[in-house]
Amino acid sequence: MRGIDHGANAAAFLSDAKQAAWHDRALWHVRQKRDAAARSVPEWEDLRREAQRIKEHTLEHLAYYLEKFEAAAKRNGIEVYWARDAAEHNGIVHRLLSEIGAQKVVKSKSMLTEECGLNPYLQERGIEVTDTDLGERIVQLAGERPSHIVLPAIHLKKEQVGAIFARHLGTPEGLEDPTALTRAAREHLRRKFLEADAAITGVNFALAEEGGIVVCTNEGNADLGTALPPLHIACMGIEKLIPDAKSLGIFTRLLARSATGQAITAYTSHFFKPAPGKRLAVILVDNGRSDLLRSEASEALRCIRCGACMNTCPVYRRSGGHSYESVIPGPIGSVLSGVREPEAAASLTFACTLCASCDAVCPVRIPLHEDLLKERERTVHAPQYRGKVRGLRFAAWMLRHPWLYRAGLKLYGWSLKHLPRSWIYNRANAWGRDREMPVPAERSFAEWMEERKK
Amino acid sequence: MYIEKTQMSESVALFVPCYINDFYPAAAQATLEILEDLGMRVHYPRAQRCCGQPFINNGLIDEARSFAEHFEATFEEFDYVVAPSSSCVSTVRHRYGELIGQERASETGRRVYELCEFLHDVVGLERLRFPKAWRGRVGLHNSCHALRELDLALPSERVLPHFSKIRAVLSRVEGLELVETQRDECCGFGGTYSVTEPELSARMGRDRIAEHLANGVDLITGVDRSCLMHMEALARRDGTPVRFVHVAELLAGRVEERQ
Repeated sequence: MRGIDHGANAAAFLSDAKQAAWHDRALWHVRQKRDAAARSVPEWEDLRREAQRIKEHTLEHLAYYLEKFEAAAKRNGIEVYWARDAAEHNGIVHRLLSEIGAQKVVKSKSMLTEECGLNPYLQERGIEVTDTDLGERIVQLAGERPSHIVLPAIHLKKEQVGAIFARHLGTPEGLEDPTALTRAAREHLRRKFLEADAAITGVNFALAEEGGIVVCTNEGNADLGTALPPLHIACMGIEKLIPDAKSLGIFTRLLARSATGQAITAYTSHFFKPAPGKRLAVILVDNGRSDLLRSEASEALRCIRCGACMNTCPVYRRSGGHSYESVIPGPIGSVLSGVREPEAAASLTFACTLCASCDAVCPVRIPLHEDLLKERERTVHAPQYRGKVRGLRFAAWMLRHPWLYRAGLKLYGWSLKHLPRSWIYNRANAWGRDREMPVPAERSFAEWMEERKK
Repeated sequence: MYIEKTQMSESVALFVPCYINDFYPAAAQATLEILEDLGMRVHYPRAQRCCGQPFINNGLIDEARSFAEHFEATFEEFDYVVAPSSSCVSTVRHRYGELIGQERASETGRRVYELCEFLHDVVGLERLRFPKAWRGRVGLHNSCHALRELDLALPSERVLPHFSKIRAVLSRVEGLELVETQRDECCGFGGTYSVTEPELSARMGRDRIAEHLANGVDLITGVDRSCLMHMEALARRDGTPVRFVHVAELLAGRVEERQ
């Protein structure tokens, strides 16, 4: 089993101090844009509560709404497929593509297909998949994974993007101008759009009442992708459902403001039926969501993938998305990974100071830091924390025996004064790597009170 | 004596977090002084020990439970329990439910106050007169649990009318100019987080210190001595000329204006 060492990954990320500081500033800037956008809506906190309520309600009655959606979508002429897990999902997509002999596919952003590993699955079967979201295309060309769910290439500076484009798109070496780079990507992607045999998109919201789906992008790439090919496959986790178009407004007001500080995404595309002569297929994917719904972290299913918790997380901003080694990084990703693989992802539940900033920005009010804290009850028993648990149990025992505790503290104070510095500040002393040890007071408060009484 | 004794007939106990007891007794002494100067008779139950936060935060629920039980038994008889720490108070108020049952926990949690919260909500601002003026700029570190768990001030994420009980209480000290940072961000201490991810923890702390220094302050205060301990340890290592004092020490007039 893989084990993620977030602390080591974070240290590696920080070793390039300049890049790390830039990453922190770039994402803090997005957080500030979010703040300004949120403050433009006086009823912001009410909207968050309403969004929470709608999601809670839908998840409580998920089976009802799923079947309602299926029936309505089918009435609209949309094909609906159900997938229990990633394998079933990938199999369905492949079958749909093979049936029409599709060789080339364009795909707009979908975290679900990342989660299912769809790209490698299709590529192994001879189908070319082109991610058409600019950030996703950049990381796809670089052979990397997205480091952020809204800003997939936020870990790369424009110089690095220039180098990737020079290698893969034949742009001149040293080209760093964002406008020129974007133009090059645009030309490259236009060709891919024209050649595509089928389009795959994610889904931001599925409307049970109307039987339609809503896809939000800033680049219009979902619309460009689906405009020409005869087949549009939309992949969605079953938690994307909301009751109806009326409740959609709550979420569209929250989503882009929380994500990037825009009032609304540049494109909010409603797909309610296939275009004349074309096919639209929606795949409803469980892949662990029913288990999550029954778990203590079920609130995480409310997530609308805005990424605000990442932008605000002081740990994420300084460790980068890749340090989480997960499809979804940051606070929400750690909550999900902690449920799915408590042992391998144990370090993610501890990659958090419990500052609670994520809870405060979350547009659907997921208690992320509370969930991480709860998950630690299981993850702390992962093998790598045996030493830590032993140490904490010893500390608890000392704290319950005040005399021993005092004696231990006196010994510690004495050591600080009299032992050679190198004995105190050694490799085993994680506190002392960047910090001086705190010095115990000559007299504790309790001792001072004793004397005061006399 | 700044308030009538009759107005505060309820019993008040002092809870001193373990690390303050041993490393920063001045913060506890200042807290006691402030309360006594307000005319209260303050009890200090000797049996008190750690609130259990390190164990709760690491998922060691059984270890934590014994501390919660002990806290509840120790402070059961008092109308108010006041502590110079938002983090420990938040532990008692928000985490004990899982350990000793919601009903007992909320009964205990209702009576436990962070110092500024107590001065603001129970004593009342208009009754606060602090003996000494303090002339100068002071950086306020808004600690996470004060902002986002105890609601002592509005954190920057929320869209609600701004308030700060900490600022309101400190504003009663004559001459004191309080400077807050643009980022009300975590200092990176996080209890055992500081040794679990030491590099990142240190980076966060240094970023906070740098923002305070850029504001032209050489004294940083806050309601949580633990955050200050971490930042102070970094500043000492780096030779950064900045002092850290608990809010209580400023309120009690125990801080020298120039060092």
